[in-house]
Amino acid sequence: MSAPILKLDDVYTDIAQYHVLHGVSMEIPEGGVHVLLGRNGAGKTTTLRTIMGLWQARQGAITFRGKAITGLHTSDIARHGIAYVPENMGIFGGLTVEENMRLASTDGQFDPERLKWIYTLFPALETFWTKSAWSLSGGQKQMLAIARAIIEKRDLILIDEPTKGLAPAIIHNMISAFREVAQETTILLVEQNFLFAKSLGQTVAVIDDGHIVHTGSMAALVEDQDLQTRLLSLSLDAHQ
Amino acid sequence: MKSLGATFERFGGVNMLPVLIAVIALVLIGSPSTWITLTVAGLAMGMMIFLMASGLSLVFGLMDVLNFGHSAFVSFGAFVAASVLAGLGAWVAADSVFLNVLALLAAIIAAALFGLLAGWFFEQVIIKPVYRDHLRQILITMGALIVAEQIILTIWGGSPISVARPHFLAGSLIIGDVSIETYRIFAFALGLAAYVALYFVLNRTRIGLLVRAGVENREMVEALGFRIDRLFIGVFMAGSALAAIGGAMWAGYQTLITPAIGSEMMIIVFIVIIIGGLGSIEGSLLGALMVGLMGNYVAFLAPKMSLASNMLLMMAILLWRPYGLRPAVQ
Amino acid sequence: MTDATLAATGRQAIGRTGRFIVYAIVGLIGVCLFLAPFLFPDVRSQEVASRICVFIVLVASYDLLIGYTGIVSFAHTMFFGIGAYGAAIALKLMGPTWTALLTGSVIALVVSLLLAALVGMLSLRVKAIFFAMVTLAAASVMAVLASQLSDFTGGEDGIIYKIPKLFSPATKLLTDENGKVLKIFGVSANGKMALYYFVFFGSLLLYLVMMRIVASPLGTVLEAVRENEMRAEALGYRVVFYRTAIFCIAALIATCAGVMRAVWLKYTGPDTSLSFAIMIDILLMVVIGGMGTMLGAIIGATLMSLAQYYLKDLMEIASEATAGIPLLPDLLAPDRWLLWLGILFVLLVYFFPAGIAGTLMKKGAH
Repeated sequence: MSAPILKLDDVYTDIAQYHVLHGVSMEIPEGGVHVLLGRNGAGKTTTLRTIMGLWQARQGAITFRGKAITGLHTSDIARHGIAYVPENMGIFGGLTVEENMRLASTDGQFDPERLKWIYTLFPALETFWTKSAWSLSGGQKQMLAIARAIIEKRDLILIDEPTKGLAPAIIHNMISAFREVAQETTILLVEQNFLFAKSLGQTVAVIDDGHIVHTGSMAALVEDQDLQTRLLSLSLDAHQ
Repeated sequence: MKSLGATFERFGGVNMLPVLIAVIALVLIGSPSTWITLTVAGLAMGMMIFLMASGLSLVFGLMDVLNFGHSAFVSFGAFVAASVLAGLGAWVAADSVFLNVLALLAAIIAAALFGLLAGWFFEQVIIKPVYRDHLRQILITMGALIVAEQIILTIWGGSPISVARPHFLAGSLIIGDVSIETYRIFAFALGLAAYVALYFVLNRTRIGLLVRAGVENREMVEALGFRIDRLFIGVFMAGSALAAIGGAMWAGYQTLITPAIGSEMMIIVFIVIIIGGLGSIEGSLLGALMVGLMGNYVAFLAPKMSLASNMLLMMAILLWRPYGLRPAVQ
Repeated sequence: MTDATLAATGRQAIGRTGRFIVYAIVGLIGVCLFLAPFLFPDVRSQEVASRICVFIVLVASYDLLIGYTGIVSFAHTMFFGIGAYGAAIALKLMGPTWTALLTGSVIALVVSLLLAALVGMLSLRVKAIFFAMVTLAAASVMAVLASQLSDFTGGEDGIIYKIPKLFSPATKLLTDENGKVLKIFGVSANGKMALYYFVFFGSLLLYLVMMRIVASPLGTVLEAVRENEMRAEALGYRVVFYRTAIFCIAALIATCAGVMRAVWLKYTGPDTSLSFAIMIDILLMVVIGGMGTMLGAIIGATLMSLAQYYLKDLMEIASEATAGIPLLPDLLAPDRWLLWLGILFVLLVYFFPAGIAGTLMKKGAH
């Protein structure tokens, strides 16, 4: 396997007085979709936020393409080529769809080819291009959030539970979109929905109680029923 | 109830509230000429309050920082402008509109520059160490306000200072039996110009886009690769400069100022922000106009109840819409 | 023992010493206040002592809000003023009787309670920062009203009135065998002394009530709310209800303090009760003493009051001594003492947000 694009080495993160991550270590290979599974409160979101610099790690190192990004300002981490789609999607409701997209592009300009490609992935965005983002439906907001992350080619996209609260038809649309996006970049996906994760993921890491309890290929996990029951009782019981 | 709400929205929704106040006042006052004079005064006052309130509202929206020391910029603006006008006494009194305007511009620009500088200093020294800690923010900015007021007392003394109005703004415009002070028209026009400029910057420029996005979701703006703290310094300085201009205008309106000028206006500014909703300049404008009109009408109808009436207005709106009429975040 | 535990024990020891110092200071202040008529019989010292008593109550009740509950109100002087004006107006209209005092106090308490409940329910349910703004607005409106409704309040001039006869200096509390007023350690046991002890024991009672509140389940709930509002809400506490409740309690106590101040001064005006300057005093006292510690109120109120009365004299001297130097005399003038207090205040909030009592009593291992 090639050198990992992102590497977390023994990362500890505290939120106020609570210790949330205790020694998270994982490696994300370049290219494709990689899934971080875990139940509610296991530390999935905190892991993403720590990578993004939105929480500061108390200890441990995060390296991106061999460069240490621990302790950098969030905006600098973003400028390294990492995009982030938070769980609440982070849509600016008072801005139009276009303005949302414009902010995501470094110089405020769009590459017409790329915009066309995004329209084919998410046709709704073209329809609502000049509308306020708060008038979009939940699924459309999620599409906008992902479109913002791919308006320029990024090296790594962190996505926090994109399927939460979405209708199955939209999830289906998401799966094909993600497959296409993963052709040119790396996606680190946080999920509780195993069915969704399974159809996309190449590798999988399972987090519980602030540290990684399993890493391996998704295919191996899908085949190994015993392992699945053991890990997924951890990760999915809260989701039923 | 639902159809009533729909009708209300169709007739312009909350934007029509100032008009509603004006119409009710016309019925109560009776005399149209008095009403026009009061309405112009209310609109002029509203625009000056808007200048003072808009910056505070944006600063709060963007960084969740409420600066209780904001009124210090109003006071300083008033005194700096008064000093400049006093220094340029000959130009102010001259019977030449050109020299008058020059003196006036000098006073306003001096106030604005002072606001920019003081805003930068305030943000760096006072606010920065207490981001995200509301309790200490309130205490520290309050402490800074005390210090600022004392500095004004030390420099300009405690007794009231009279402010010279440029000659061309000193008179009144008389149309039929209605008399309107020229200064009020000028104040209204300047406030309106500031609103239009702010609206343009916020809606048509990339910086404005960032500010509006930041008001909604600070973290996401950073995750898109922007330094919101640098943006914030800019907004803070601009807001302070606007407050100082508002103070300068208010000084000319009052013609007699004391170091308490800022704290007196602060209460009104808070009422305006609460009525309008934090973080939006549209809300600030709406609130400022309502408060300006209400204050002037009530001052005529029941002089002692002027401030209390605005307080009651605020209470009523808090009951109806706890987040104000037009908050930035829906 | 490891270094870490050693350090922790060391800190605990410092914490113990610190706590001892705080108790010692508070004890000393308590004794001085209790014996004030005998230790400092002159008129000015008596005034200082009685002001300290009332302000300890006022500051402690404010601390119930800012320190124990984490809500910032600027309306505390409003309630203090309602108490003072309630007593003053009743004594003026009904004459210097106990009935008048009682009626005035009860009406003031009811008004305070209604206002506090209204303001609390309106603004405590939205962002905490709204509350600071709403209370500031409410307090200024009240101050403006008091100065404008001059038929009722005496306007800027305030009200002068007589107080019940028991408190008159001519009243003999105890007499010696000759029928003259008894002297205890050379101090006459007259109505003036009765008045001081009325203030002293009234304050003590209110202070003990607050100590009880802080130690009660209500106090525990409030601290839970302050530490983590969402969690407290999730645990089923009705946050708005508890906040409004403590706001009302603090308002009632401030009203009582206002009544005592009005009785002591025999005068009530905007400067003695409603002015924003008093609100600033309270803020300074609570921060200097230490937020979230009832003992801090005693230290803060005492230090500030002493400074207010005696530091100004020092500044006067300093200002005169530096008369030749430019600017310095202006900055050192007694009128500018708020400037220095303001700077001190900002520095304290930065570097010692826990105040004197809080810093000294900081628990070791945490």
